[in-house]
Amino acid sequence: MASWPILSVTVFLPLLGALFIMAMRGEDASVARNARWVAMWTTLLTFVISLILVWRFDPSSPEFQFVERKPWLAGAISYHMGVDGISLPFVILTTALMPLCILASWLPIQRRVKEYMIAFLVLETLMVGTFTALDLTLFYLFFEGGLIPMFLIIGVWGGPRRVYASFKFFLYTLLGSVLMLLAIMALYWDAGTTDIPTLMHHAFPRSLQTWAWFAFLASFAVKLPMWPVHTWLPDAHVEAPTAGSVILAAILLKMGGYGFLRFSLPMFPLASEQFAPLIFTLSVVAIIYTALVALVQEDMKKLIAYSSVAHMGFVTMGIFAGTIQGVGGGIFQMVSHGIISGALFLCVGVVYDRMHTREIAAYGGLVDRMPLYAAAFMVFTLANVGLPGTTGFVGEFLTLIGTFRVNTPVATLATVGVILSAAYALWLYRKVIFGKLEKPSLARILDLDGREMAAFAPLVILTILFGVYPKPVIDVSQAAVSALVENYHQALGAAKTAELAK
Amino acid sequence: MNEASALYPALPELILAGGAMVLLMIGAFGGERATSPMLSYAIALLVVAGLAIAAMPDERVALFNGSFVVDGFAKFLKILAVLGSIGTLWMSGDFLADPDRRKFEYSVLILLATAGMFVLISAGDLIALYLGFELMSLSLYVVAAFDRDNVQSTEAGLKYFVLGALSSGMLLYGASLIYGFTGTVKFAGIAQEAANGGIGLIIGLVLLFAGLCFKVSAVPFHMWTPDVYQGAPTPITAFFASAPKVAAIAAFVRVSFSAFPAIAAQWQQIIIFVAIASMALGAFAAIGQRNIKRLMAYSSIGHMGYALIGLAAATGEGVQGVLVYMAIYVAMTLGTFACIVSMRRNDKPFEEITDLSGLARTNPAQAFVLSMLLFSLAGIPPLAGFFAKFYVFLAAVKAGLFTLAVLGVLASVVGAYYYLLIVKIMYFDEPAPAFDPMGNALRSIVAVTGLFVILFFAYPGPLVEAAAVAAKSLF
Repeated sequence: MASWPILSVTVFLPLLGALFIMAMRGEDASVARNARWVAMWTTLLTFVISLILVWRFDPSSPEFQFVERKPWLAGAISYHMGVDGISLPFVILTTALMPLCILASWLPIQRRVKEYMIAFLVLETLMVGTFTALDLTLFYLFFEGGLIPMFLIIGVWGGPRRVYASFKFFLYTLLGSVLMLLAIMALYWDAGTTDIPTLMHHAFPRSLQTWAWFAFLASFAVKLPMWPVHTWLPDAHVEAPTAGSVILAAILLKMGGYGFLRFSLPMFPLASEQFAPLIFTLSVVAIIYTALVALVQEDMKKLIAYSSVAHMGFVTMGIFAGTIQGVGGGIFQMVSHGIISGALFLCVGVVYDRMHTREIAAYGGLVDRMPLYAAAFMVFTLANVGLPGTTGFVGEFLTLIGTFRVNTPVATLATVGVILSAAYALWLYRKVIFGKLEKPSLARILDLDGREMAAFAPLVILTILFGVYPKPVIDVSQAAVSALVENYHQALGAAKTAELAK
Repeated sequence: MNEASALYPALPELILAGGAMVLLMIGAFGGERATSPMLSYAIALLVVAGLAIAAMPDERVALFNGSFVVDGFAKFLKILAVLGSIGTLWMSGDFLADPDRRKFEYSVLILLATAGMFVLISAGDLIALYLGFELMSLSLYVVAAFDRDNVQSTEAGLKYFVLGALSSGMLLYGASLIYGFTGTVKFAGIAQEAANGGIGLIIGLVLLFAGLCFKVSAVPFHMWTPDVYQGAPTPITAFFASAPKVAAIAAFVRVSFSAFPAIAAQWQQIIIFVAIASMALGAFAAIGQRNIKRLMAYSSIGHMGYALIGLAAATGEGVQGVLVYMAIYVAMTLGTFACIVSMRRNDKPFEEITDLSGLARTNPAQAFVLSMLLFSLAGIPPLAGFFAKFYVFLAAVKAGLFTLAVLGVLASVVGAYYYLLIVKIMYFDEPAPAFDPMGNALRSIVAVTGLFVILFFAYPGPLVEAAAVAAKSLF
């Protein structure tokens, strides 16, 4: 094994890049150019290092790997990092999307480029840190810290209602999280530590499980977001700059799902089982209701935002089904949604950069002028619909199978959502791409340039590759998911036996 | 051991009191010439006093028949108070540069106030408590009105004095009741008698707490705060918000734990109410403020509410939380006020939050540090302010005060709104004309506190450990 702390390097390398950009002085134009390049190289290097993680990762072991541990806060709170099969896909997703985000912001962002790149790099550190922290306090630090750069990204480089959107984003998320913080403290006093691997094997009393489960739900439900606390998402998405939307949809939302997997299910199995029907209800409402809401949107970004909420419904449903297929499908669905929704926001960004509007009605017939764009958009639209052969299908299919065994009516209702998603996604595609090119403003619109193709190419490849051959992602998480599900059922079984013995 | 060396534990107080007298003489007889270096003399004296404190042993030593106690707790808080005073003097250079305000009394008064704080922090009986309290307060009344040609400043001084006198009266009356029902003024003696003190003792306790609440500006004795903060010269406001708060909280904690441990269940209720009311008022009332000093006044009311959560827990962890909170609070306050002091254009001070418009473009470094300080005040991780809140809430959760903890974190979300509002003004809005360049003194304060707030997470151990040691000395 390597002696260098590879995880810490992955986490803090972007921060180093940010400090480097911060130290830049000189003319605005040259600083902007250098900032872009530094950000690009930093994110690429981080990506390469994170690939070393994959290379050395042992997928057959459910244990945490690349573990680092140092004393940090006084007492039993330490700097503890590590990845397992559940967190590794998210780490890679983050590091892989960041260079694409920088690339997507290359030309569209012309104002305050230096600060923009700093904010993104700091955000990357915090996101990767969230997925690799093995101490709850540390996790919370990264989880909440991400609010600051995202607040600035939406507020400084966002659209006309950016102030409203950024405040709503910040305060909503904070409100959910502070309750989780109190629960973390209660866990600390019960178990004497906030070390995640220890907490996972600590049997919390039933009443504490219930309270803590709801407190964690408050945080993750807002972050994910679940219906009915999803209302910040459309606002934040619409106002954020393109790359901000991509990060928000592809990674920040996944923190909620990751939180359920990492904390709610393993630490509070009794409460998870007891309140799974609640989650199922909310998930089904999210899948059907937000799909219906998406149908009537006039703004492209808003439509995709609502579709995100619907897709996240599959994730929560799969996770709380507590079966191997459900949990594994939830992880796959999150990765797949990370790629697809990120790509869809990039698609919107492409036409927004040209026309400066996101109104669906302002477009039509783009296929005449932009054949390449139409092709890329089609791949992602179909993936969003869940067409077999794309990643979207695998994720939805697995979560549905997993849930079907546990709760058939829920799975049936959720399937209706798949149909609805086809309705709004294809409707959007038809309105924007097909039809006659009648609007005079569109007559001179240009197709994708080299930079944009470079951003789309990897996403198209991944969408289809993982759709046809999902094994790499599933294999990585397999061992950890089996262990998680096994422990979950063991804990439930033990509790049942104990109750019978009374 | 001879007589003189027995006084060694009181050395910092003696240095400050004696030094203040000497400076007074130099100022009175030296005339104009002696005025300008006065600030540096005062800072030097404070530094020496601070070093003397740091050199003290950690064991508990009682002096003057138990009236004056030096222990780890006192050491920790005295160092905080001294840092607050040094920070204030350090940022006062520009304010005193004006010929109308070039008065040597300024430095002397701050020294005397600091000496008062030391006595207050070390008080071992009610008499010493009152002496320290008054020495500190009287100096503060005068400095509040220091800009005597300014109507607002004189109004602030007068208002502070009248209301302060009222609170002193309440404190004294409470002290006399406590004496009447227990037959002693010593904290240790009161602690023995408290269990059978009855209702009379509790009334005394309530009045005593009212006086202390006034000094920490906790609701419902907070009314003076916004007016005095707004009216007083800005460096003085920074002073009010930092060092005296440390001393008053110290007295609060010491009285509660060394004199009334037997009736903890009774005073806990008071503190819980005061903490909730302060946090709520601090969060909601600040939203409408447009003057940044007034806004900071409400913010400090809220922060005292959070610090009192630690006291409400009535445990060792709680005291540790209070100490960590106060340390981080002093750093954040000094940094924020240094930024406010620097809000000047053409040598005129500006105090509206809209004057900060677009600061991120006219002065990116200052805007960055100020926004970090504000995020820290809001308690957002990974900044220092998060750890401050973390420890007090940790204590509250352990003590089972869930209602208090939940209301506290909810208030912190509301409070985050107005801190964000300032960040929004600095980062999202169009730039206003640039401020005058910051002086070196201010720049150094902003840099030091900014680094502390941002980097605290990397190495939080020493402060937290020191607070734990200091907290132990009370039990």
